[in-house]
Amino acid sequence: MSEKYIKPSRDIAARMLADEMVIMTVKDSRVFSLNATASAIWSAADGSTPLREIVARKVVREFDVEPEVAYQDALELVEELAQAGILLLADHPIGTEGA
Amino acid sequence: MPRLIEGCGYLTSVVIGGLPIDIQSASLEFIEMVEKRYAGFVADPANAGIRLDVEVVASVGGSADEDLEVRYADGRWIINRGDFRAQWDPATNRGSVRQAAYPYAIDSVMRIVHSLVLAERGGFLVHSASAVRNARAFLFSGVSGAGKTTISSLAPPDVTLLTDELSYVCRVGDGYQAFGTPFAGDLGRAGENISAPIAGLYLLAQGRQNHASQIGPGEAARRLLRNILFFADDASLVEQLFRTACEFVSRVAVYELTFRPDADVWDLIE
Repeated sequence: MSEKYIKPSRDIAARMLADEMVIMTVKDSRVFSLNATASAIWSAADGSTPLREIVARKVVREFDVEPEVAYQDALELVEELAQAGILLLADHPIGTEGA
Repeated sequence: MPRLIEGCGYLTSVVIGGLPIDIQSASLEFIEMVEKRYAGFVADPANAGIRLDVEVVASVGGSADEDLEVRYADGRWIINRGDFRAQWDPATNRGSVRQAAYPYAIDSVMRIVHSLVLAERGGFLVHSASAVRNARAFLFSGVSGAGKTTISSLAPPDVTLLTDELSYVCRVGDGYQAFGTPFAGDLGRAGENISAPIAGLYLLAQGRQNHASQIGPGEAARRLLRNILFFADDASLVEQLFRTACEFVSRVAVYELTFRPDADVWDLIE
């Protein structure tokens, strides 16, 4: 099973407000907000930590959910965010080219 | 009164949010039209703010319905629409406008220039009515039809209206200040030329009863951003505006206000 790596896109602005991450694309001003679980994943998206490890550390431990369920949900989330253009998703670590 | 400038035509100044925009034109009729439209916000030109040289022509060739273009190129803002061609250099504060002799073009240019200046300074123009009560300002924001003019027209006598259409928000110290604007909506009258610290932002929704409930900063930022007036195709300014909106909702209470069209709604605005 290949690992997945995630990193915020360069063309966004993001800020944590209360327990929500609010994100805006700077090219076309679309605004997104992430709930607490998704915000935890987003905040740990450094391009070098595998998604499975992020989920284990930031979701399973803090939100008390089954690891495989949490991972599948997280995978679905990051695919959606990648499709929206606000998150980079790759099968390999993402370096500075996406920063 | 317009000031006659030898060799340059006539000059007047419109001051909104403390920012003077001097307007110069060879056409006395145009300057008089500006002074009439912005009465209450006209001051003696002070050469301290922005100056726009307006060339009045029979027609620019297009209409106000055409797409607006706002972009930064070669050190100046290019602002074009079917009914006007304008540019403004923020370094020298000088600009020019080519338009026909009617007020909507200069009105649009001024709104855009103010939005650009405010964005740089941590403020914004927002689609909202605003009013002052007990020395505190309240904003009522929503898209067209949300009830900005309705709530303005229901205001009791102890309320001073700043605008029923477009609110002018500046960062002042640790908070935000709302200024009156001459930009009128369906109410058809300019706001009072005063300012006050902002105590609350109400996001409008019409309903069967009057009810205000505070909303969280994430939702507040998202909904505020939808109503901020900004035209420029400029990623760094958009990012600055995002930061400003987040900062604003962190410092100002934001409510969703459902209201029915009667004056009782103002009992909730204290």
